Amino acid sequence: MAASSPIRLSAQQACVRFGRLEALGPIDLQVQAGECVVLLGPSGCGKSTLLAALAGLQGVASGSVQADTAGGADVPGVVFQEPNLMNWATAEDNVALPLALSGVDKAERLGRAQAALARVGLANFASAYPRTLSGGMRMRVALARALVNDPSALLLDEPFAAIDELGRRALDDLVLEAKRDRHLAVLFVTHSVDEAVYLADRILVLSPRPGRIMAEIAVPAVPRDPAFLTSPAFAEAAAAARRVLSAQRAAA
Amino acid sequence: MKNIDFAPVLAGLVLLALWEGLTRLLQVPPVILPPPSAIGAALVERGPLLLPAAGVTMGLALTALAISIGLGTLVALIFARVPLLERSLGPYALVLQATPIVAIAPLVIIWTGIENPRRAILILAVIVAVFPVLTSALAGLKAVDPGLDRLFRLHKASSTQRFLHLELPTAAPFLLAGIKTAAGLSLVGVVVAEFVAGTGATGGLSWRLVEAGNRLETATMFAALFLLALMGLALHAILSLIEKQVRT
Repeated sequence: MAASSPIRLSAQQACVRFGRLEALGPIDLQVQAGECVVLLGPSGCGKSTLLAALAGLQGVASGSVQADTAGGADVPGVVFQEPNLMNWATAEDNVALPLALSGVDKAERLGRAQAALARVGLANFASAYPRTLSGGMRMRVALARALVNDPSALLLDEPFAAIDELGRRALDDLVLEAKRDRHLAVLFVTHSVDEAVYLADRILVLSPRPGRIMAEIAVPAVPRDPAFLTSPAFAEAAAAARRVLSAQRAAA
Repeated sequence: MKNIDFAPVLAGLVLLALWEGLTRLLQVPPVILPPPSAIGAALVERGPLLLPAAGVTMGLALTALAISIGLGTLVALIFARVPLLERSLGPYALVLQATPIVAIAPLVIIWTGIENPRRAILILAVIVAVFPVLTSALAGLKAVDPGLDRLFRLHKASSTQRFLHLELPTAAPFLLAGIKTAAGLSLVGVVVAEFVAGTGATGGLSWRLVEAGNRLETATMFAALFLLALMGLALHAILSLIEKQVRT
C-alpha cells in the first residue's frame, strides 16, 4: 500500500466494557483506503465488538474510534454474520434500503440497487424474494446492500462462515474486487486462517478477552487467484498466523 | 381456490333434504323446528325487515372492528415503546379480557346506553374485539429480527422509518391473524350487547331475533340466524383473502 493512501478506519487506545467485564482493548488500528485488514482470533476475543464500535453501533469506554465518511455514505458498509434481509421485500428493495433510509428518491435508488446487484452477479434476481435464494445468494444481496451507497469503508463480521467452500471463495473474490475497484478500506473478521490469508494485506491476531493485538502478519501483495492458495507465500503467512494462535492456546 | 370442493355442498344438500323430510314425516310442530322450506319462505317474506336489521348489525360490527384495530395497534405501539407501561397495565388488561362480556354489559349500558344504546353496543363490542388485536400486534412488534434492528440502527433510521419499514411489515402477519379473530368477536360482541340492551332502538338483527322469539316465529328466528352466520362467514372470507394477498 502506498503510504499516502488516506486512513479510513482508525482506533486509538479504544476499550470496550460490558458492565465490569473488559471486552476489548486497548486497541490501536488503522486501515487505509484500498487495504484489507483481517482480524483473526479466538471466539469471544472481541473481534465483533471492535467491528461494532467502528460501525458506530457500540460505544467505547475509553479511547476513540473513527470511520471516515469521505465517500458518498455517512456510515461504513457493514455485512453481519447473517444476511439480515427483510423477507417481505425483494432483493432489489433490500439492497435499496440504505438509500431509502437516507431519503434517496425511488427511481434513483432502484437504479443504484440494480447496478449493485449486477456487480455481485445477481442482475437477474432483482425481483426475487429472499426465501427463494440460496444462502450464498442471500449473502451476495447483503454485500450489494452494504456497497449500494458507496461507502469508503467496508466492515465484515464473519460473513461467510455458513457458506460452502466454493461459494465462500466466490464471495471473498467479490470483496477483493470491491476493494480494488472502489479503493475501499476493508476490515474483515474471521476465524478461518485460510480465508484470512487469502483476503488480507495485513492480518491482526487478537488475544483472548480482553482482545488486544498480539501480532501483525503482512501478506505479500501478489494476485489473489487459485495459484496463490498453493504458493509458498500463502503457506508461510498461514503458518505464521497458526503459530501465534497455538501459542495463545498453550498460554491459556 | 380454483378447484371448488363439492363434498361439503353435497353434504349440506343431503342434510337439508333429511331435515325437510323428517320434519314432514314426523309432523314436528313448526314452532319447535320448522322445515328448511319454511325458513326459506320466512327469509323471503321477512326479508324487508331482516335485511336492514342485518345491515345495522353488520355496520356496528365493522365499526367496532375498525375501532378495535386502531385502538389495539395504538396501545400495542405504546406498550412496545414503553415496556414499563406494559408491565404495569398488562395484568389488568388480562382481567378485563377474562371477565365474560355479558357480565359487564348491563353496567356499560347503565353508564352510557340509556340515551345512547348504539354507543353502548360499540363499547361492548370493542372491549371484546380489541384484545386479540392488541396481543397479536404486540407479539408482532416484538418479533423484529435483531439483525435487521441493528442494520436500521447502523443507518440511523428515524422512529417513523423504523415503524414503516421494519416494525409494521414484521407485525403485519401477526396483526392480520389477530384481526381475523377480532372480526368474529366483534360480531359476537354486537349481538350480545344488542341482547342485553334489550331495546329495539338500534334495530339490529339480534333484536329482531328476540322479537321473533317472543312471537314464537321460529322460522324467522332461523332466518335471522342464517343471516348472522352468513355475515360471520363473509367477514372471515374477506380477511382470509387479504391475508393471502399479504403472504405472497
